[in-house]
Amino acid sequence: MKKTGAEILWECVVREGVEVVFGYPGGANMPIYDAMLSYPVHHVLVRHEQGGAHMADGYARASGKVGMAMGTSGPGATNLVTGIATAMMDSVPVVFVTGQVAAHLIGGDAFQEVDVTGITLPITKHNYLVTRADEIAEVVREAFYIARSGRPGPVLIDICKNAQVEQCEFVYPETVKLPGYQPVDHAPKDALERAVKLIEKAQRPVILCGHGVLVSKAEEVLMNFAVKTQTPVASTLLGLGAFPASHELSLGMMGMHGEVHTNMAIQNSDLILAFGMRFDDRVTGTLKTYAPHAKKIHVEIDPSEVHKNVAVDVPLVGDLNTVLTDLVPMVDEYDHEEWKKQIHNWKSEADKRSIMNWPDDGKLYVPHLIEDIWKATGGGAIISTDVGQHQMWTAQYYALDKPNRWLSSGGAGTMGFGLPAAIGAWFADKEQEVWAVAGDGGFQMTAAELTTAVQEGANVKVAIMNNSFLGMVRQWQEFFFEKRYSAVNMLSPDFVKLAEAHGVPARRVTKREEVDEAIAWARSIKGPTVLEFRVEQEDAVYPMVPAGAALDQMIQRPARA
Amino acid sequence: MNYTFIALVENKPGVLNRVASLFRRRNFNIESLAVGRTEDPEVSRMTVVVDCPNGDMDAHKIEANLYKLVNVIDVQDVTRQPSVTRDLALIKIKVGPEKRAEVNGLAEIFRAHIVDVAVDSVIVEITGTEDKIEGMIELLRPLGIVEMVRTGQVAMTRGVNDGVRRVPGVAGNHRFEDMSELAEMAP
Ligand SMILES: Cc1ncc(C[n+]2csc(CCOP(=O)(O)OP(=O)(O)O)c2C)c(N)n1
Ligand SMILES: [Mg+2]
Repeated sequence: MKKTGAEILWECVVREGVEVVFGYPGGANMPIYDAMLSYPVHHVLVRHEQGGAHMADGYARASGKVGMAMGTSGPGATNLVTGIATAMMDSVPVVFVTGQVAAHLIGGDAFQEVDVTGITLPITKHNYLVTRADEIAEVVREAFYIARSGRPGPVLIDICKNAQVEQCEFVYPETVKLPGYQPVDHAPKDALERAVKLIEKAQRPVILCGHGVLVSKAEEVLMNFAVKTQTPVASTLLGLGAFPASHELSLGMMGMHGEVHTNMAIQNSDLILAFGMRFDDRVTGTLKTYAPHAKKIHVEIDPSEVHKNVAVDVPLVGDLNTVLTDLVPMVDEYDHEEWKKQIHNWKSEADKRSIMNWPDDGKLYVPHLIEDIWKATGGGAIISTDVGQHQMWTAQYYALDKPNRWLSSGGAGTMGFGLPAAIGAWFADKEQEVWAVAGDGGFQMTAAELTTAVQEGANVKVAIMNNSFLGMVRQWQEFFFEKRYSAVNMLSPDFVKLAEAHGVPARRVTKREEVDEAIAWARSIKGPTVLEFRVEQEDAVYPMVPAGAALDQMIQRPARA
Repeated sequence: MNYTFIALVENKPGVLNRVASLFRRRNFNIESLAVGRTEDPEVSRMTVVVDCPNGDMDAHKIEANLYKLVNVIDVQDVTRQPSVTRDLALIKIKVGPEKRAEVNGLAEIFRAHIVDVAVDSVIVEITGTEDKIEGMIELLRPLGIVEMVRTGQVAMTRGVNDGVRRVPGVAGNHRFEDMSELAEMAP
């Protein structure tokens, strides 16, 4: 049957299982919006395309499905760019569909013409410029397949206006034909055997659990492996939740703001088992002294990550779930009692400095607030963050036991991510409690999406940690620029009034004793709410590995007098 | 050191741009790049010569990153593989009739051809390895080169042997299933 290109787009999108799409209309995608009315997809009208991109991203992270966002040509597409780069850096499957001027106008600087495939080439896993209706079915099929398979990532489809309105025969392609794209699953047997030999010899092994564990749904087999070999598990920022924080083998987060005993364990280990992580500079510290005594096994689906930052002894290129499933029966049981005791001692020593052991002085500290939210929600909420100090504190103190509940922009560190990502996540599971923790700075970057939340009835709880500073930058200026504060003092609007103007119930919390009641109040309301916490202004995130320092050279919280 | 790669890519618009963009983004220096059709109309072939200061480790990076491009079908490193490599140059020399014989003589030695003769210039066409072409250019230079164009190197391995494929697990065409020998050479 003949259909327009726009109809074919939706035919294919619906077949991919898309139920919700986040977008913004304009001249170059009007036929797509028109055709959409006849298809069973829910469209969320965002307030800025960046917000739409982050919503699709948050939806994808929370659901494990492919997210979808749309924008018109020119400025609509360029507004998506930050969101696309954010998804790319964190390997999140999102399909972006942008409108483009008619094919015959391309290259002529037509109204709202921007070379979108050119701009997004380095920040997409793949992208397409579609100039004819009869290309659409195949392209959409490929785009979703590429986005979700292998190492996931964003794929952009730029569709010329003529291709949206032209008609052609619609035949749904049953298969994809991509001769150069065949993600691997199993790692070769001999490599597995060499890995087993290293595991046999290890006295002080550590697992580094990355985002790949979640992507390949390897949580269970990771647990089997860790328990069978009694190997402690440290997590990257994006790996949080893949291994239960409350498990006795869990070491929590590693890296720049990782825990002391975790970084100590890595630096003193004799075997690193890197599972679905990429040795980002934020988790290694200086490479010169990184885990100097450790042999390294790297399980990774993307061969270009192998040896990229850290040379490894045994690379196992394949799907993590498959590789670990192959590996578990091959390894023996161990107990590693001494090693675990050693790590425990490091932990007890470090805990003495923990802010959690401070006496209550009536002030609001973010770590305490995060723990309060954690307690109130039973540790089971989906929690999204913005970027900055509050992000690190949330990572440290919202101890997650379940996967796919942690949404944070790791690789890109995109301020403005928190609120829209939380809204997107709510669409993944509307029964699930969703919290967005944001700083006063980052919240203002995408605050307009509060109205989107109201319009959609998105039950998202926002906690603004207002320290009146671009706190993380202030912290760096305090530590590394002799406290010369430059452009970090931030005046904010009255967040309560701002929220109320958007139709969002809101409260300001300034005292310790108000906290529990305020959290309970927010949770009791169905629909979006905002809590503004006036927190200690110049607190710093500890521990901290200064950029370029060795991983065990941590600045620790000063001891209390 | 210069490494030579042969990449088979899907013959689609924009693929050359993707490859070039990748080299720029990952900070690799392309010495030469030649693209053309193959026996299969759906496949183009690129010969890329790249400076690899870290040797095989860089070569691994280049291969692995090329495979990240969805349109790249196959990559092999033929640097150390016996192969035929060819570059073609057109060189215009400013010479009048009195010196044409000298150019002719040089051309003969290098098995080059004079493909155009004008009143006070000739065009020499030479095909061969880069070294051979460099050699000829040196000798022609004193006569006065006014214009030159080169195609960039193309390569084909001799016999039935392919080059090295370092990246595991891609499209079933890998020879080196693990990369542990590279560990020694890491940065
Ligand atoms: C879009 C963007 N711009 C700038 C930065 C640099 N940056 C990182 S953290 C930070 C401060 C964030 O301040 P705030 O949102 O108030 O959070 P806080 O650190 O105070 O918790 C800045 C400016 C960034 N990550 N993203
Ligand atoms: Mg702040």
